Amino acid sequence: MTALLEVEDLTAAYGQIRALHGVDLTVGEGQVVALLGPNGAGKTTTLRSICGMVRASGRIAFRGRDLIGLATEKVTRLGIAHVPEGRGTFAGLTVTENLKLGAYGRHDPEVRRDIDRWFEIFPRLADRRDQAAGSLSGGEQQMLAVARALLSRPALLLLDEPSLGLAPLVVREVFEVLARIRAEEGTGMLLVEQNAALALELADAAYVLAAGRTVLSGPASEIRAEDSVRRSYLGQ
Amino acid sequence: MERFLQVVVDGIADGSIYAALALALVLIFRSTGVVNFAQGEMAMFATFVAWALADAGVPLLLAVLGALVFAFAAGMVVERLLIRPVEGSNPLSLVIVTLGLFIVINSAAGWIWGFNIKEFPALFPRGVAEIGNVSLSIESLGIIAVLLVVVGLLWLLFTKTPIGLAMRAAAQSPSSARLVGIPVGRMLMLGWGLASLLGALAGVLVAHRLFLDTNLMAGVLVYSFAGAALGGFDSPIGAVVGSWIIGVTEALAGTYINVIGSDLKVLVPLGIIFVVLVVRPAGLFGSPEVTRA
Repeated sequence: MTALLEVEDLTAAYGQIRALHGVDLTVGEGQVVALLGPNGAGKTTTLRSICGMVRASGRIAFRGRDLIGLATEKVTRLGIAHVPEGRGTFAGLTVTENLKLGAYGRHDPEVRRDIDRWFEIFPRLADRRDQAAGSLSGGEQQMLAVARALLSRPALLLLDEPSLGLAPLVVREVFEVLARIRAEEGTGMLLVEQNAALALELADAAYVLAAGRTVLSGPASEIRAEDSVRRSYLGQ
Repeated sequence: MERFLQVVVDGIADGSIYAALALALVLIFRSTGVVNFAQGEMAMFATFVAWALADAGVPLLLAVLGALVFAFAAGMVVERLLIRPVEGSNPLSLVIVTLGLFIVINSAAGWIWGFNIKEFPALFPRGVAEIGNVSLSIESLGIIAVLLVVVGLLWLLFTKTPIGLAMRAAAQSPSSARLVGIPVGRMLMLGWGLASLLGALAGVLVAHRLFLDTNLMAGVLVYSFAGAALGGFDSPIGAVVGSWIIGVTEALAGTYINVIGSDLKVLVPLGIIFVVLVVRPAGLFGSPEVTRA
């Protein structure tokens, strides 16, 4: 059986500066995988490479299909949604418009019902549906970003630091929704997160990056237990 | 009083022509962040196409439609061939490309059609409509009606259709737009086509009033630019209202202030813009650049 996402020996560079030197990871169908490591390890670059936002080489296969060199909008349409650094919402458009854009590639009649469903999941967004996204609080924007991404009904969701800058209660709310989506929809997730304890709670497996390479991988429970990992890479 | 109303309506009609070109400028500005200096020349060229078609015996309305279709296609080709390669680099390169385009199109039109002025046929019947005891020019009313229809259609396109929403998203944040699967390049191309079409509309509306030659749009571009700056360069509504204000003050000043007459009337709107921009740099309807930390 082919995995949902397979990354092998991935390298990438920003101009002359090499950011990735050989990243390997696999996400199975419906699996949640945490991508951990210190600042500058290449976590964000790995996500951006998958989405065609950085020129990369090596192998990236989504359900067996090669993604290297594919334009971002095409990657998205294959069923990969990305909640990027900075959230990727449209600040000048309303909450409803942002959600409609999330479903841009879909032409089925259920879009409207799905949008209503997200308003039920995040009632705070429903209260602000006609407000510009840029006027929302950080937590509301993150909820909007997650809802926006999932409205494309992706098979794989890439999340870049969803807890960054959010109040603990909001973080809890967002992660509960992620757990629920995984359970209900079987959406695979690749989760970059500074807060390793939080990420490992949700994840089935984890990879640790350092200086642009995969240095460790295993089931989430093992990674959590490993003392040296915690000291060296997770800063705990 | 009757005279005053006539002057105001004529001013709004002039302003509506400026507004069509100003909308084109705003559309490009919102998606690329620069002013397309060649917008007026592209419009002039399309107006020549309408004239040439009409001259060859095509019925006027069809000739105008043909020119609008031509302008739409030409706008997309310009984006694809000339703008795309420098997109995302230094904004100055983009400005230089549009200036180069200005010169090339102006010369090309002269080369093809010559530099003599030509009479462009009237799109609207001559004469006046009597409303109460005020006689308003049918041409002026027709121009205003055309602009209102165009504004209505644009509003429908950008707020009620998925493609309009996608175009706004692509203009606002290209990287986020790609992440939701929007082909940003195609949206930009469409935007240039649409802007070119709006400019061409301004061209065919103004050509009968000014006569047609290769410098047809030079003056109009200045007024449209003024209207867009006055209304706020990132606001379509602002472009329309700003252009109307320019058209009306220009007409009133030219009529009622003797010293000004028709030679100096351009100074009045420019004076207003100066004051507005000192007080409100983003323009009347523009949004100042504010981001939430």
